[in-house]
Amino acid sequence: MTGPVAITQASTWSDHLVVLPIVLPIAVAGAMFLMDERRRELKAGLSLVTMLVLLGIALVLLGRASEAADVYRLGNWAAPYGIVLVADRLSAMMLVLAAILGLCALVFSFARWGRAGPRFHGLFLLLVMGVNGAFLTGDLFNLFVFFEVMLAASYGLVLHGSGETRIRAGLGYIAVNLVASLFFLVGVSLIYGTTGTLNMADLARRLAAPHLSELGLFEVGCAVLGLAFLIKCSAWPLGFWLPTTYAAASAPAAAILAILSKVGVYVVVRLSLLLFGEGLSAGFGQTILFAAGLATIAFGTVGILAARDLTRAAGYAVMISSGTVLAALGTGSERALSGALYYLVGSTLAAGALFLLAEILQRGRDPAEAGKPVFADEYRDPFDDPEATEVGRAIPSAVAILGIGFLVATLMLAGVPPLAGFVGKLAIFSGLTGGAMTASTWGLIAALTLSSFGTLMPLVRLGIFSLWVPSDDPAPVLRAPELLGIAGLLLTCMALALWGGPVLAYADATVAWLSQPQDYVRAVLGEGGVR
Amino acid sequence: MEFVLSAGIGIFAASGVWLMLRPRTFQVVLGLSLLSYAVNLFIFAMGRLTVGAPPVLGAIPEIVSVDDPVPQALVLTALVIGFALTALFLVVLLAARGVTGSDHVDGHEPHRAEPHPGNPHP
Repeated sequence: MTGPVAITQASTWSDHLVVLPIVLPIAVAGAMFLMDERRRELKAGLSLVTMLVLLGIALVLLGRASEAADVYRLGNWAAPYGIVLVADRLSAMMLVLAAILGLCALVFSFARWGRAGPRFHGLFLLLVMGVNGAFLTGDLFNLFVFFEVMLAASYGLVLHGSGETRIRAGLGYIAVNLVASLFFLVGVSLIYGTTGTLNMADLARRLAAPHLSELGLFEVGCAVLGLAFLIKCSAWPLGFWLPTTYAAASAPAAAILAILSKVGVYVVVRLSLLLFGEGLSAGFGQTILFAAGLATIAFGTVGILAARDLTRAAGYAVMISSGTVLAALGTGSERALSGALYYLVGSTLAAGALFLLAEILQRGRDPAEAGKPVFADEYRDPFDDPEATEVGRAIPSAVAILGIGFLVATLMLAGVPPLAGFVGKLAIFSGLTGGAMTASTWGLIAALTLSSFGTLMPLVRLGIFSLWVPSDDPAPVLRAPELLGIAGLLLTCMALALWGGPVLAYADATVAWLSQPQDYVRAVLGEGGVR
Repeated sequence: MEFVLSAGIGIFAASGVWLMLRPRTFQVVLGLSLLSYAVNLFIFAMGRLTVGAPPVLGAIPEIVSVDDPVPQALVLTALVIGFALTALFLVVLLAARGVTGSDHVDGHEPHRAEPHPGNPHP
């Protein structure tokens, strides 16, 4: 080994920090599956500590990634032969987002949902492990493995709480994602067959070379791979499964599932800028991403206008936010993309909060939704338990608090001043108007503006229906953990607006880093990696 | 050999797609399995077809042709994951059968379903 690829023998504890977001949750989840199902407090405590530690690690990695990308070689094998984890600016940002969303959804579940079925906490941590792994990995096949871990855990979480609606939605969700995984495999193997590597940095290096035989076949592989990610991002016309599934899932599961579609968006952003920013296939798929993003925004807006309950509306809001990032990426404008990344963070948190709020507001309105047991040997209806099944004190004046929370989530998702949703959209607009104005840029600006109104109207309507219209239903009961979970998400949204300057500067620097793929290649493969 | 392999992958994939679009959940499972066989063979073929070549460079010095071991490792991983997820899908399928009383993918029979408010014309 020579040059910067040389492996240093002495390793300190902090060198291994990058692998912890993957190792820690899977170790704790593994231990949890061995524990008795009745030791719920212990499990809840363990997952809470794990998520807090993960948030801490993610923040440390965010600080470190601001200076230089952190490359971790698994088993100390040098890339491209070994597998690497890369914590750069984009990965670290997504890790923090996943940790905040996961923590708040977990705290929310302490009140009630954690007891609605077996092995909730273990599945939850496995999902977090898969998501973190997908954000960190620098290798396409490893990405497949983390995707599968994440999806397998999400199948369990979608079914959590049981009941006919969930099982029927879960059946479709699993079928769609199994097919998406097959596309993923076909794409990965085509890319390997044409380039002989699966390391992302090595791929970028090979594309920077003057010639690649079978370039057409390679691009076919990338297109098939992209199809798998676009199914995950729920881009139109591949995303019809999303609103049904997310509306059927239990509230904390739906909130954490909101990050899953963002994993698809993350991979599309990462690979587009790394592989197709420059080099042999520069600009590959850009127009398709733009068109798909625009169509997704339009479809999501029509869907949210037609939504008759809040969870479904939140599902379409997730779609709109994915579509916004895809379209901004498709314009090729760096400043628009950095605005879109900022918008992605805020809108994901707000959509998660909306799922949680919707559950409390709609609780008790449709008793048919109460879970029926499926596996009689390990499930008993938890909400029938006469002893305190709900943890924490009921918060007084719940309706007022829920109303404020709903207002914040609506303003965020619709992109109305003064919150971060507006700042994000404004940043996209200013990025778009900074460049050459074409019909497609005007189209995107029009679509984003219309989607703001299209989101505001139905959410206000649903809000009036669930908060103001007098009804015979009992007033919603808000438990302390539920309040904490929702408040955590919405306060983070507000903090995004308050510290908008630094966060936008971070997003700008992230896009600047992403648009210099040779820096990424150099960080992973060493100085000799760049020809 | 190329023709046999590509025809095999094609037939597996075509049967898989057809079965997956069928209305019964069991057919969907079989379709998914067939599709995953096709995909696994495809990954295998991406390592290029060789006969009698060792998978490790330098095992027998005079042989120049070597087989790429990476796709074989990928196939193993994909097989295990695909097998596990098909099993999981089967469990959900059985649960759906038990809860809805129908093995149709929509959860109810298309012709014998009773009208309900959300769907007055089933």
